[in-house]
Amino acid sequence: MNAITLHRRALLRAGGAVVVAFGLGLRPRGAAAWTEKPVATDQVAAFLAIGADGEVTVYVGKVDLGTGVRTGFMQIVAEELDVPLARIRVIEGDTALTPDQGPTYGSLSIQNGGVQLRAAAATARRALLRLAAERLGADAAALRVEEGVVIAPDGRRASYADLVGGRALDLAVDANAPIKPPEARRVVGRAVPRVDIPDKVFGRFAYVHDLRLPGMLHGRPVRPPALGATAEAVEPDSVRHIPGVRQVVHRGGFVGVVAETEWAAIRAARELRVRWSDWAGLPDQAKLWEHVRATPVAQVQVTSERGDAAAAIGGAPRRLAASYDFPIHTHGSMGPSCAVAAFEGGRLTVWSASQATHNLRKQLALMLGMPAEAIRCIYMEGAGCYGRNGHEDAAADAALLAREAGRPVRVQWMRADEHGWDPKGPPHLVDLRAGLDARGDILGWESEAFIPKGAGGNVDLVAAELAGLPREGQIHPGNIIHNLALPYAVPAVKTTCHRLESTPFRPSWIRTPGRMQNTYANEAFLDECAAEAGADPVEYRLRLLPRDDPRRREVLERAARLAGWETRPSPRPDREGEVLRGRGVSYCKYELVRTYVAGVAEVEVNRRTGAFRVTRFFCAHDCGQIVNPDGVKAQVEGNIIHTLSRTLHEELSFDRRAVTSLDWASYRSISFAEVPEIVIELIDRPTERPWGAGEPAAAIVPSAVSNAIFDATGVRLRSVPFTAARLRAALQGA
Amino acid sequence: MSQTLALTVNGQAVRLTVDDPDMPLLYALRNDLGLIGPHYGCGLAQCGACTVHLDGAAARSCVLPVREAAGRHVTTLEGLGTPERPHPVQAAFIAEQAVQCGYCTNGMIMQAAALLARTPQPTEAQVKEELAGNICRCGTQPRVVAAVLRAARGG
Repeated sequence: MNAITLHRRALLRAGGAVVVAFGLGLRPRGAAAWTEKPVATDQVAAFLAIGADGEVTVYVGKVDLGTGVRTGFMQIVAEELDVPLARIRVIEGDTALTPDQGPTYGSLSIQNGGVQLRAAAATARRALLRLAAERLGADAAALRVEEGVVIAPDGRRASYADLVGGRALDLAVDANAPIKPPEARRVVGRAVPRVDIPDKVFGRFAYVHDLRLPGMLHGRPVRPPALGATAEAVEPDSVRHIPGVRQVVHRGGFVGVVAETEWAAIRAARELRVRWSDWAGLPDQAKLWEHVRATPVAQVQVTSERGDAAAAIGGAPRRLAASYDFPIHTHGSMGPSCAVAAFEGGRLTVWSASQATHNLRKQLALMLGMPAEAIRCIYMEGAGCYGRNGHEDAAADAALLAREAGRPVRVQWMRADEHGWDPKGPPHLVDLRAGLDARGDILGWESEAFIPKGAGGNVDLVAAELAGLPREGQIHPGNIIHNLALPYAVPAVKTTCHRLESTPFRPSWIRTPGRMQNTYANEAFLDECAAEAGADPVEYRLRLLPRDDPRRREVLERAARLAGWETRPSPRPDREGEVLRGRGVSYCKYELVRTYVAGVAEVEVNRRTGAFRVTRFFCAHDCGQIVNPDGVKAQVEGNIIHTLSRTLHEELSFDRRAVTSLDWASYRSISFAEVPEIVIELIDRPTERPWGAGEPAAAIVPSAVSNAIFDATGVRLRSVPFTAARLRAALQGA
Repeated sequence: MSQTLALTVNGQAVRLTVDDPDMPLLYALRNDLGLIGPHYGCGLAQCGACTVHLDGAAARSCVLPVREAAGRHVTTLEGLGTPERPHPVQAAFIAEQAVQCGYCTNGMIMQAAALLARTPQPTEAQVKEELAGNICRCGTQPRVVAAVLRAARGG
């Protein structure tokens, strides 16, 4: 690594810039205070501690990405232990303190993380009651707990603090420890207000962006103008005139600046003269789908097969075929990725809003050639990420710069860094064919998705890639094969994923990865089949739903009822006048094994201009047991609005060298006026297990909109985003 | 050359010494004064996360040179209200749970508070119009609108 130090004095500038802000409790646990505790997921002490004052500390590997799940975890522990919410604090995603429960993705925080936490709390409660029974000379079954105090029938009391306060809960988790039955629950199942909202509303919430360490410098990466370019020459003299600039760091394609102040770092990153090599390895965006079809296939995965679908379609009296495509997307976090890195005594501490601090630690160890044990990654909330955005990459930038600078370094990306360099949701293309009998019933269904290889895993760090440092070198777009298989009973079906060797941009997962794109293709094409059959789209689906699972039918029927669904085929017959109205339905059983969701979109279309609005969106949602109904409702709202933004507007633009949609004008997000009225019906099932809610409702959005536009106009949109220009062109061609 | 500027921030007289008077106000607020309510979102006045009040009107601090704040009154989210004395919009955001990740919340509240100062009883359409330049990626928009209308009703 080539690091040029510009100013040798390591002093904070007097009288001006830097550091006033420590009155707000922003200073974190420092790298020096490297505490350890049990973190194995089979140990109660990995999840819970009861202090001498009776305060309960919850340690979770799943983190609150702005979803409110922290409050949900607190509810679960408050319920099982009978302690007040106000006496619980939560530590998330700290590799030195919390169990590794896997990355916070896939709508698994409550479903897996919360259920593990619940088992730990239930195990602890049972042990605490046994201890109290001995202490009080009473039968454990006769004891009750109020606000962390065990009370015997004769009124004698022993608090949790009296029983174990300050000592580790040395117990193995019993996954079968009895949990509170539904009728006894007082906290779980209630709309408890989120604990983080007051601080966020009063400007007192410290995001990772707000962390300031003593002696900390500010860094900025200087990214190449082409993804694969390297820096052939860097001219540190070009930024020597900027007061406070300390270092220019350069290795291969990795270039960064470090300065005493944030503004100096920003100016230096803008003004630094670098001679970059040329590179133009991206495909022509206008021919993206040809490029996808021509990409070598690494693996063919048949995700469902029953009967001989090809023969059934070939012999069918009516045949349909269509292709659906979904473009490359960026996460578009409101706050560009940020991290702080500090080396001390041969150890590295990184504060990051990563979804997966335990994995980030391994990635940093690989890149830096350090043992993972010498690295501690601590989660601090960032802006909502909706998947693996650039947080890990900012952490890698900060670590490389801090190592060269010899002082803690904070890196926050600029907007263009975030839009240009976060990993992308890959292009997703699905071909579908169906054969129908004379009545319109489906005889055979075939689909083929063209999507990159790989699943969940670690997304390589930009800094490692640019600097030529060690990295895993695999692509991980998320589990994008899910939900290509149908949630319906079709006599002959074959669904195939052509897993491509490569994809134009470093891929990662964005909210509902693959499940949403596959459901979009399936549910829109199924609507085409229903229209061909002359059948009502809801009735057509109900006919196809397996009868052995009443929850499937219920969610669809309740969505239709909620929307006041008028039973008739699409498109609507009376398509007169300038403004056309329509409605479309969609249904999904998430990954075919969990959360059920169904929805109805209503649209208004100006048939002359193609401009349209989604006016209302109805959604019925069954994620099993609900821990916090308002939290689930907020997630469903977020899924619908975020995915509507992706459906109506979002599409990455690029030339042969790099991303060109580098701001919110060129990569549009939904505006207030475009947000529909949203009506949600949550189906709570307190006796069932809890499933995820952070993603499933997103799955139904693009198809519901495509179906509604078809209902209104008789025109089918099969390419996201559904822009007015595309609809106008389709209307003119119809 | 460094330069000293005098302004009023959240009711307090402040003297800032800056290397570059063209530095956006946002960095002075966050780094020199330790005010973490306003956030960096885009640096382009496109998203609203950095919004403050400048002499009572909503302004994007990410593009406002700090020299232009000299001699003027700046209010940040911290200065708008406190848990003990919340601004009606802050209280309404809590009542409506109108926050997810909260990174955009500063801008939503500051922009809405500026609207209510001008137009105490806005229509729903006026609220949406006022917030047309504020982006939220989490999808809190319906709750934000409900919160602003609740604040206008007096809670």
